[in-house]
Amino acid sequence: MLADQDRIFTNLYGLHSPYLDGAKARGDWDGTAALIANGQDWIITQVKESGLRGRGGAGFPTGLKMSFMPKESDGRPSYLVVNADEGEPGTCKDREIMRHDPHKLVEGCLIAGYAMRAVAAYIYIRGEFFREAENLQRAIDEAYESGLIGANACGTGYRFDVYVHRGMGAYICGEETALIESLEGKKGQPRLKPPFPANMGVWGCPTTVSNVESIAVIPTILRRGATWFSGIGRPNNTGTKLFCISGHVNKPCTVEEAMSVPLRELIEKHCGGVRGGWANLLAVIPGGSSVPVLPKAICDDVLMDFDALKAVQSGLGTAAVIVMDKSTDIVKAIARLSKFYMHESCGQCTPCREGTGWMWRVMDRLVRGEAEVPEIDLLQEVTKQVEGHTICALGDAAAWPIQGLIRHFRPELETRIAAYKNAQVQAA
Amino acid sequence: MPTLTIDGKEVTVAQGTTVLQACEVAGVEVPRFCYHERLSIAGNCRMCLVEQEKAPKPIASCAMPAADNMVIHTNTPQVKKAREGVMEFLLINHPLDCPICDQGGECDLQDQSIAYGKGASRFHENKRAVKEKYMGPLIKTVMTRCIHCTRCVRFAEEVAGVEEIGAIGRGEHMEITTYLEQAMTSELSGNVIDLCPVGALTSKPYAFTARSWELEKVESVDVHDAVGSNIRVDFRGKEVMRVLPRLNEDINQEWISDKTRFAYDGLKRNRLDRPYVRENGKLREATWAEAFAAIAARVNGLPGGKIAAIAGDLADLEAMAALKDLMANLGSANIDCRQDGAKLDASVRASYLFNSTIAGIDKADALLIVGSNPRIEAPIINARIRQRWLNGGFRIGVIGERPELTYDYDYLGAGPGTLGEVASGGHSFADVLRGAKNPMIIVGQGALTRADGAAVLAAAREIAETYGMIGEGWNGFNVLHTAASRVGGLDLGFVPGEGGLDVGGILAGAESGAVEVVYLLHADELDTSKLDKAFVIYQGSHGDNGVKHADVILPGAAYTEKNATWINTEGRVQLGNRAVFPPGDAREDWTIIRALSEVLTGGKLPYDNLGALRRRIAAALPHATAVDDIVSAEWGSFGEAGPLGDAPFASTVTQHYLTNPICRASYTMAECHAVIEPAHEGTGTHG
Repeated sequence: MLADQDRIFTNLYGLHSPYLDGAKARGDWDGTAALIANGQDWIITQVKESGLRGRGGAGFPTGLKMSFMPKESDGRPSYLVVNADEGEPGTCKDREIMRHDPHKLVEGCLIAGYAMRAVAAYIYIRGEFFREAENLQRAIDEAYESGLIGANACGTGYRFDVYVHRGMGAYICGEETALIESLEGKKGQPRLKPPFPANMGVWGCPTTVSNVESIAVIPTILRRGATWFSGIGRPNNTGTKLFCISGHVNKPCTVEEAMSVPLRELIEKHCGGVRGGWANLLAVIPGGSSVPVLPKAICDDVLMDFDALKAVQSGLGTAAVIVMDKSTDIVKAIARLSKFYMHESCGQCTPCREGTGWMWRVMDRLVRGEAEVPEIDLLQEVTKQVEGHTICALGDAAAWPIQGLIRHFRPELETRIAAYKNAQVQAA
Repeated sequence: MPTLTIDGKEVTVAQGTTVLQACEVAGVEVPRFCYHERLSIAGNCRMCLVEQEKAPKPIASCAMPAADNMVIHTNTPQVKKAREGVMEFLLINHPLDCPICDQGGECDLQDQSIAYGKGASRFHENKRAVKEKYMGPLIKTVMTRCIHCTRCVRFAEEVAGVEEIGAIGRGEHMEITTYLEQAMTSELSGNVIDLCPVGALTSKPYAFTARSWELEKVESVDVHDAVGSNIRVDFRGKEVMRVLPRLNEDINQEWISDKTRFAYDGLKRNRLDRPYVRENGKLREATWAEAFAAIAARVNGLPGGKIAAIAGDLADLEAMAALKDLMANLGSANIDCRQDGAKLDASVRASYLFNSTIAGIDKADALLIVGSNPRIEAPIINARIRQRWLNGGFRIGVIGERPELTYDYDYLGAGPGTLGEVASGGHSFADVLRGAKNPMIIVGQGALTRADGAAVLAAAREIAETYGMIGEGWNGFNVLHTAASRVGGLDLGFVPGEGGLDVGGILAGAESGAVEVVYLLHADELDTSKLDKAFVIYQGSHGDNGVKHADVILPGAAYTEKNATWINTEGRVQLGNRAVFPPGDAREDWTIIRALSEVLTGGKLPYDNLGALRRRIAAALPHATAVDDIVSAEWGSFGEAGPLGDAPFASTVTQHYLTNPICRASYTMAECHAVIEPAHEGTGTHG
C-alpha cells in the first residue's frame, strides 16, 4: 500500500482548502521558479526518467510526447492543451483534482508548458463539471493575482497564460484531435493523423494534448526527483495513480495508489471489498468503459498496471475500476456500453458510424437471447471490422467491451439463446 | 522525391504525394468514396485502407503522405477483408433501391460493391431512414442513400465558397443538410450532383427522365457564357436529356455552372421550328421559299448602305462568317457583333482577349477587377480566382459594383475616377500591382458598354503597361466577355467596315429610315422597339426578343443542334458538336445564309459544305484551325484616351439565370431566378 508520504494528491477528498493558501500549505508553488530555472531540457529529461506514462488512457510516455514539440519556433506559437473532458464512464479522477487540488494542475501547466515552449495552456474542461470549472478558474485567477502565471510567471520573466474552455458534453471531444477541433469552435470530430498535433494542432500550431493527471503530477515529480517516482510500481509502470473504483463494492472511492497494486488489494483495502465478499465477484472492467471486461478468475491476482492488464487482453485505460458482482446481468451491462458508444460516435467515418449501431442492435437482442448462436461469431467479426479501421480510437473502444464479453462469457450468451428458444417452444 | 514499394513495384513520386496517388502512379487501383482530387482530404469513408509494413493498423491511403522506404500492400487478405468490411458497413443502411435510383448505372457504390464487396449482407436489423432535405430547384435529395462522404460539404466550402452544406447530428444520426433547408446560393451548385458517389444528390430536372445507359453522348462546348466550358451532351432521340461537364484543366477543370448544366430544357420550348413571314402586320407560317422570296423582294435593288446585320451572343463562327460574306456581297459595311455596344477594338486582338488564360490565373499574384462581377458573368472563372485566392498571396481589388464574391477583396471605388487614380499611381492599390510579379486586370463588359468605353479601355491598357502586366511570358490584360460569340465575331472582323454603322448607328438608322433592312443573327439583347420601321430578318432558335418586330423569321439551330466553332474569352478555338437535329424546318445557321444568298442579286456565297466554309474562314483567320489551342495575341495600341465619365460601373449581367433566349425559355432557370437570385440580394435586414 502506498505510504502517506508518497501521495501526490494530498487533498483528494477536499478536507482542506483547494485554493492558494491551502495549496501552498501542501507544498504547491514551492520553488517553481527554481524548477523552471533548470531549463526545458532538464524538465523533459526528469519526466522521461520518472517513467510517467499518460494518464488519459493510452499510456503514452509523457516525457517523450513533450519532446516532440519543436525546440525552435518557425514563427508559430506552441500550445499546451489539457484534456479535462473526463468523459470515460466510470472515471472520476480529474474531477477530484480540479475541484480539490486545482493548483497542482495550474502549476503543472506552467512547468510543462514552459518545458515545451508553449505560450499558453488551454484547459478543455467537461461541460458538466460546473463547480470544478469554477474552482479551477478561481485557482487560475489566484495564480494570476499572485504573479505565479501571466506576464512574468513566478518572476522568471516567462510569459504564460492559462485559459479554461468549457466543453458541451460530447464524449468524442475527449479524443485529442476532436478536442482541438472543438476548441477551435468546430464540430467535435477527430482529425486524421498525420499530421500529428505536435506539428499541426490548435489553429495549426504545434500543440501537445495531455491529461489532467499527467500534467498535475509533474511539479511533484520534479520536486521529489524522478527516481522517487520511478521507484514506485514496476518498471515501465511507475509512479502513483488515481484509481476510481465504482460498482458493487462496499465503499466506492477514488484513491491514489501505487501503480501495479493488485486489483484485489485495491478493492479490499480501499473499498471495503466486493459486496457480499470476493467470492461474489463476477467481473471487473479495470480501466473505464472502453476496455475489455475481466472475469473473476483473472481478477484474483492481476496487477493494476499497463503491462499486466495488457497481458490479460484488457487495459489500464483511465484506471476506472468498475466492479460487478454476481447479481449483474453482464450482457445487459455490456449492451448498455454499446448503446453509449453508438450514441457518442461522431459519425464521421464509416466503420464506427455504421458498426456501433449494428453492434448495439445485436447486443440488444442478445440481452434477451433473441438471436442465433452463429450471431455471436458474426458480432465478433463485426467488432473486428470496426477495430483498427477508424480514424480515432472510439471504434476500438466500442469493439473491445464486446470482444471481452464474448471472450469470457460466451457460455452465458449461448445459455440465454437456448433459454429464449426454449421459452418460444413452450409458449407454442 | 520519396521512393516506395507498392505491391512489389518500386515507384518514385513527388514530395507531398499521398499513398493513394502513389498507388495510381504504380498502376494499382485503390477504391475510394470520399477522396476527390480537387477537394480537401477527409479520410472518412475508410474504403482506401491499405496495409503498410510495420504499421500496426491498416492506413487510410488517401491521407497518408508517401514516404521513403514505405512498403505498401493492396492485395493482401487483410486489405481485402478491410474493404469488404467497409463495403458491408456502407451498405447496411443504404437502401437497395437501385432500380428506381437515378444514379443507377453510374454509381460508385454499385461499382465498388461489385468489385470489392462480399456479395451478401449479414445485416438483419432495420435500416435507417432519413428525411429528404430541400436543396433548391436543382438538387434532388434522397438522403437515406447518403454515405456521408462529405464531398458535397467540402465542395460547397472550398470550391463554391458558400458554407451552406454541412452535417448535423452524430453517429448514425448524422445528416447532410443545408441547415435551414434553403436552396444553395451558388452558381456552381449542380456540381455536387456529379460529386455525390451515390444517389443521395441527383439532378431534379433530370429525375426519372432517362437511364444513363440508354443515352447517347456527344462532346461539345457550352455557350451560356464566354468561358467555353467543355460539356458532354446526353441525348435520347430528338431530345437533349442532360448536360454534364467534361474534364478540361485549362478551362473548367471538372466543374460547370448551373446555367450550363440545367438550361437545356430551354432547348425544347419556345422554339422557332418553321419560317414565318409578316403579312398585314401578322406573322404567318411560311415555307422556306416564301420566306426567301419575301426577303429577296425587299432586299434586291436596295443599296448596300441601307442594309445592316447584327450578330448576337449565340451566333457561331461559321454563321457569322457566312453573314459577313453575304453583307460584303450586298455592298454593306453595316455589320456589328457587339450588340451590347461594347467599345471593343477588333483591330488589336490582344485588346479583347482574356490574355492571361483561365489556367494562367493560377500564376497571378494580384488582380484588379474593373466593371465586372465574375461570379455571375463567368462562375467558372470566379471559381478559378477563388482557388488562386485560397492558396494565399493574392490581393484582389474591385472597381465597380460591390458584389458578393466568393473571396475577399479590397473595394477600391465605384467608377472611372478610381480607375484613373490607379492608372496614375495615386491609389494605394497601385502599390500592390507594382509589387506583384504577375499582376492581372480583368475588364468586364460593364466598363466597356458605355459612352466612355474606349477611354476606359485606354485607361486599362495604361494600367497594364504601367504595372508590368505585359511582359515576357505573361500578359495580365484580360477582357471578360459574357457572350460566347463575341471573340469569334471580333476575330472575324464582324464590325463596321469603312463608313459602316455600328449597333448604335444601325438602331438609330432603322429608326430614322436610313437603314431599311436589318438582319438579326441570334440577336436578342437589343432594344428592338427601335426596329419597328425597318424590315427585320430574324434568324435564330427561339421566339424571343428578336422576333418582336421581325418581318421574316428564319428558324436556326441552337448550340446542341449544329457542328460549329466557338472561340471563348481566352481566344481558344473549340468545336461544338451536334447532338440532335434542329426541330421541324429549322436548319444549321450557315446553311440558311448560304441558301438565302442564292436568291439575292450578287449575293451568292461560294461554299457548299461546312468544310469549304471552314477553309474559307481559315484563310482569313489562320488560328481558327488551331482547335483547343490559344494562339497568343500581339500587344498593340488600342483604346482612345479621352475624358472618363462619372457614372459608376455596373455589370451588364443583372439576371444571371436569364441572359439568353435558351435560359429565358427554361423553366428550370426561371425557378432558379425566382428562388436563388433573391437570396443574393441580402437578408431581411438588407437595405
